[in-house]
Amino acid sequence: MAKKKIFKSPDDAVADIFDGATVMIGGFGSFGGLPIALIVALAKRGPKKLTVIANAGGVGFELSKRIKPDGYQDIGILFEKGLVKKFIGSMPALGGMPPTAPIEKLHNEGKVELEMVPQGTLAQRIRAGAGGMGGFYTQVGVGTVAEAGKEKKTINGKEYILEMPLTADFALIKAHKADALGNLVYKGTARCFNPVMAGAAKVTIAEVDKLVEVGKLDPEVIITPHVYVSRIVEVLR
Amino acid sequence: MKIHLDEQTIALRAAKEFEDGSVVNLGYGMPVLCANFIPEDRSVYFQSENGILGYAGLSTDEEKDFEMINAADQPITPAPGMSFFDSAASFDMISGGHINTVVLGAYQVSEKGDLANWGRPGRPATGMGGGMDLAVGAGKVIITMLHSTKEGKARIVNKCSYPLTAKHCVKMIFTDIAVMEVTEKGIVLKEVAPGWTAEEVQALTEPRLIIASDLKEIEL
Repeated sequence: MAKKKIFKSPDDAVADIFDGATVMIGGFGSFGGLPIALIVALAKRGPKKLTVIANAGGVGFELSKRIKPDGYQDIGILFEKGLVKKFIGSMPALGGMPPTAPIEKLHNEGKVELEMVPQGTLAQRIRAGAGGMGGFYTQVGVGTVAEAGKEKKTINGKEYILEMPLTADFALIKAHKADALGNLVYKGTARCFNPVMAGAAKVTIAEVDKLVEVGKLDPEVIITPHVYVSRIVEVLR
Repeated sequence: MKIHLDEQTIALRAAKEFEDGSVVNLGYGMPVLCANFIPEDRSVYFQSENGILGYAGLSTDEEKDFEMINAADQPITPAPGMSFFDSAASFDMISGGHINTVVLGAYQVSEKGDLANWGRPGRPATGMGGGMDLAVGAGKVIITMLHSTKEGKARIVNKCSYPLTAKHCVKMIFTDIAVMEVTEKGIVLKEVAPGWTAEEVQALTEPRLIIASDLKEIEL
């Protein structure tokens, strides 16, 4: 009998995320591919001192009104509620926006620690974590603040720095469809960091638009095989 | 009368550099405007680091589809032959040298082609996004920027004082008053905006410019 992965609600799916946990969150920016129902459920549950690994730190509800008149929710709500101790990502705050995003305010007050990682390096560190690799050498960041404290190596006459893998306790991701086993397909540009994070955490929780029977997804187009997915929750939109 | 090119016009001029059949990534801000100015005789394949290759350009649809956007959160128009992929695959494409040209914005560019385009004083929480990866991995790095700061200070400098994106990466610079090429000997002034002389551009530029023997007015 296959392990039951289907959860009834986002609240149930995140109910065991604990104080001090490291949580990866998929997506890219504020739109498209963000597992927003899981993020909202996590904010409601309210575990403290989280380490969040995500591409962007979000703009938060107040600042989002500059982009969309009614506003919208993104990763920013986790900061607004004071749940995050450390953020690892490539765009904690956006230079094109005022310095009032929750993450930027809290960082300026010394309440949130930041580890800034170039976006490709972030994706590859997560992939290394998911694949059990010990790290990799990259030219990205050489001669910049990103090389601080890292081992350097010359390969084929070019300078590289060593980057280490990233793993987490939980990964919250968003897909378009899942079957009951946890095979996932995505839609358009909403793929981004989601398939990369699937499998880099002890528990990967997928928020999906539609749940289908096993056999209804074409094996030729499955992007994330079910082995990487621990929980599925369907969120109708 | 001295003309300052507006952002659309700078993007239009920069887009003339795209070669037929090339893969191009456009950065946040002024660079994405290039998508609307591809010369009619050329095919260009736009890559965006959120995981898309081969979109047609920016969409003007009122109804925004959040699952069809570029890395700047702007809606894009699909095109035949387009593909989607995840962030790791996207950055393999970038760091593996499979992108011919990237257009980026800049706070500062140095005489040696060092780029500073992500961090600025008083904003320690803004990140580099994919800029470092693109600056290192793309075949040719093109910059679109304003020549001076609002306070009139040079942005093309001897040495960058803002945090670096990458060293020795910039090949060409397009500003509101000039077109320049970064070479091993220094920055070559190739074109000036209508009404400007080489001396006047030099006065707003820190490093000593090499004036091209065929210096001309920017052609649009």
